[in-house]
This record gives sequence, structure tokens and C-alpha cells, in this order.
Amino acid sequence: MSHHKLEVRDLHFAYPDGQEAIRTMSFVIHHGESVGIIGANGAGKSTLLMLLMGVLFPDRGEVLVGDVHVTKKTLPLIRQRLGIVFQNPDDQLFMTTVYDDVAFGPRNYKLDEKEVESRVNQALEMVGITHLKDRAPFKLSGGEKRAAAIASVLSMQPDVLIMDEPSAALDPKSRRRIIRLLNGFGHTKIVTSHDLDMTYETCDRIIVIKDGEIAADGPKDEILTDAELLDRCGLEMPLSLQNCPVCRSQK
Amino acid sequence: MLNIMESLYNIRKLDELARGDTSIHRVHPLAKLITTVIYLIVVVSFDRYEISRLLPLVFYPILIFAFAELPVKPILKRVLLVEPLVIGIGVLNPVFDQQVVMLAGMEISRGWITFLAIFIKGGLTVTAALLLIATTGMDRLAEALRMLRIPRLFVLQLLLTYRYISVLLEEVATTLRAYSMRAPRQKGIQRSVWGSLAGQMLLRTFDRAQRVYQAMCLRGFSGEYITGSSKKMNAGDLLYIVGWGLFLITMRTYDIPMLLGSLFTGVITR
Repeated sequence: MSHHKLEVRDLHFAYPDGQEAIRTMSFVIHHGESVGIIGANGAGKSTLLMLLMGVLFPDRGEVLVGDVHVTKKTLPLIRQRLGIVFQNPDDQLFMTTVYDDVAFGPRNYKLDEKEVESRVNQALEMVGITHLKDRAPFKLSGGEKRAAAIASVLSMQPDVLIMDEPSAALDPKSRRRIIRLLNGFGHTKIVTSHDLDMTYETCDRIIVIKDGEIAADGPKDEILTDAELLDRCGLEMPLSLQNCPVCRSQK
Repeated sequence: MLNIMESLYNIRKLDELARGDTSIHRVHPLAKLITTVIYLIVVVSFDRYEISRLLPLVFYPILIFAFAELPVKPILKRVLLVEPLVIGIGVLNPVFDQQVVMLAGMEISRGWITFLAIFIKGGLTVTAALLLIATTGMDRLAEALRMLRIPRLFVLQLLLTYRYISVLLEEVATTLRAYSMRAPRQKGIQRSVWGSLAGQMLLRTFDRAQRVYQAMCLRGFSGEYITGSSKKMNAGDLLYIVGWGLFLITMRTYDIPMLLGSLFTGVITR
């Protein structure tokens, strides 16, 4: 299914102050793949996501979703296909009820209210927060907010799900729930995170970014066990792959 | 500090109230909007000496409070917030207008009467507006405004301002909290940091607003704020407008308190 393909060709982007956030980058993500994008702070992860979503536009190179170039003209189409969950759910939830928040996207695409309702209910069910439907988002706990933010993207039925730090600021149980949720999706997934254990559990392919360039791209078992590579990129092996801190036994 | 967090919750209180499901809540937003506008016009149309004629108009808020099952205290508290402003406008009246009239056997200057009239009018109009929001909600109110063909831009402006206030207050609250944590035993904020603090807040709220806007765009927002369910007005809604309209117009054309008074005194003297 080539129309679910996401391709980045020779991307370059510099902020107005001259800071080069993305030097050159090229990769292709195919349908159904789950890709973790990792890198130290300031490596260019968030900028890359912004470029993928068409919030920013590259100086050079291009982003293709399916066979469509990301340009100002194609934005509505692109944004229907790619759903992004922001790092801070408070930026995403601002309506008076969870229901209205989840319905915000579908309503913007002028679906009729019956369809909106069925999509909202479906999305809420998928993330398991149907009972929070009529609550005000600002009164939810961190984990519930995150779930609501994910539902608000799922209701648009995107082909590709992009998540920026989905496990940040979550307690262990909520984090586990999000991991299970992610693994339950058949979507193409792109996850950026510093939580490499989560990345290990949810992604099959890892792209490591360093100073706006791709430092490595390959299957998770290859990349996340390469201590030298990770160290060079300001990262560390996932804790679950390191030696036991108590008995020092080798994994 | 506490006050800011409190007002944050207060802003959202009206939204919560608007989610009720009573006979008043179910009335079409447009019907409620039109009724409120008629009410406001009638209240302000009275002359500045006609206090007694304003009194029957209290029925409207009382009935809405009762039928919409709204708690009186939080709404009246908001009305009181506005009253200082109203007092500020009318406070000089007693000074300028010292002509004396007799009222219920007491000598009173006309200035005091006009002042009282402004005070009552302020109270009634603000209450009516708050009741409209508390029984309708901003989203549905915006829908009603759109039905009245108010330009999209204005309605959007209103809605987003309303939404952003709470978002931005959160930023302010966090900044102030951070300040007070590192400035023990200080009352308020030192004058020397007013500038940088205000600048900081402005920048932060810009950033935050930008991110919220981006999130909206990513979910297909293109300038039209669609709130869903726009049902048609039915006979009941029309009746609501006509009913209140008749009541208000009657109150405007006839001096009911006077008529009632003369009726009673007439009975007595006869």
C-alpha cells in the first residue's frame, strides 16, 4: 500500500536565527511500520516532527505522505492522514468536555454529527476512557489527559500516528497502559522519546538522530544494544537491556 | 496567587453549570439570546429616576435561577465583582444632583436615586448576561450568534478569547507560583521585577497560545469553529421568546407597581 508510505528526501531546515536544526535527512517509513526516533535533547526530533506535519516547511528537500508532497496546499489532506499527539496534552485539550475535544477534529472535517458521534465513541473506547466522556479535561489526571489526547487524534482515523514523548510525566502504571495501547494499534507509528525502554517495547525500527543528521537507522535489536553508538549520540542503553544493578549478572 | 487559581476555577464554573439539563438549558440558544437582549434593552430603557419600575424585572432572573436549578451564590458573586465598576460610574451623582425629593416620607436627593438606579440596572443586566452563559454555554451561544449572521471572525474572536483566558491564566499561575516559592515572606511581587515578570508572562502565553493553535490546525481547524448539534427552533422556543417578550413589553408600557399600588389604595379608600 504505497499511499501509506512516508518519505523524507534530503531534508534541510534552519530556524530564522540561523540555527541549523536539520542538516540532511532521508528515510522512508512503510505501511504498518513502528519507528522510534531517538536522540539527545536538541538533536532535532521535535523539529523533524513539525516538518513532517507541515507546521514548519523545509528550506531544502521534501516530505512526501503517500505520493503527496507536504505543501501549504496539501496540508488539509496531509493532516487528515497523519495524527500527532503532542508532548504536553494540555496544549491539545482545551474544550469544555473530553467529548467535545475528541469531536473537534472530525467536526472540522465537516462530518455529519452521527458520524462524529460514532467516531468519538469508537476512539474513546479504544483508549478505554468512555467513562470520562463528559468530564472537563483540566480536571483529569496526567494519564487520563494523555489518553484523551490520543483519543482526540484517533477520532480523525489517521493512517499514521505520530507521538511526541508519549510516556513523559506518566506514572509507571499509566505508562504501561500507554505502551499496551500503542502495541494494540495497527497504524503506522512514529514515536519520539527519551524513554528507550518504552521505545524498545513499542517500535521495531529505530532511527537515531544526532545534530540534525541520521546517525543510525536499523532494527531495534541492533541499534538499542549498540552501547558505543548510543553513548556517542548522548543516549544510553535501555535499562531493561543493561546488566542487573543489584547482582551485576549479565543479560 | 490563590486568587488567580480560584478565578481560574471560577471561569470554568459557568461552563460546568451550562452542562445542566433542565427545561431552561434545553431552550434553543437563539431563543435565550434574543430574550436576554430584549431584557437588557428594557432594563436600560427606563429613565434614571424610575427605580420602582425596575423592580418587577427582578422576576426574570429569579425564575431562571429557579427553573434552571442554578446555585445563586457563585453567580451573584460574579455580579458583585462588576458592581465596583458600576459604583465608580455612579458615585458622583449624589454630589452633582442634590435636588431633594420625597420618597416614602424621607427626604432624599435625586442624585442618590439615579445612583441607585444605575446600581440596580448594572446588577440586573450583568445577572442576565451571566445567566445566559450559565444556561447556554459559550459554544452554543456562539452558534446562536452565527445564526444571527454575526460575522464569523467576531464570533471566533469571542470564543477563542474565552477559551484562551483559562489557558493563559494557567501560565500566569505557574509563573507566580515559581516566583513565590523563591521569594518567601514577601507580600505581592517586588516592584523591581514587575517588568521582567510581565514580559516573561507575555512571551510564555504567546508560546502557549501558539502551541494550542498549532494543535488546532493539526486537527483540521481552518477558521470555522464547529460545535456540532445545531438543532432547529421549535414551537416551544418561540413560545419562550413570545412569553418573556410580552412580559417585558408589558412591564415597559404599564407602570405595574403604580397600578397595583393604586388598586390597593383605591380599595382602601373606597
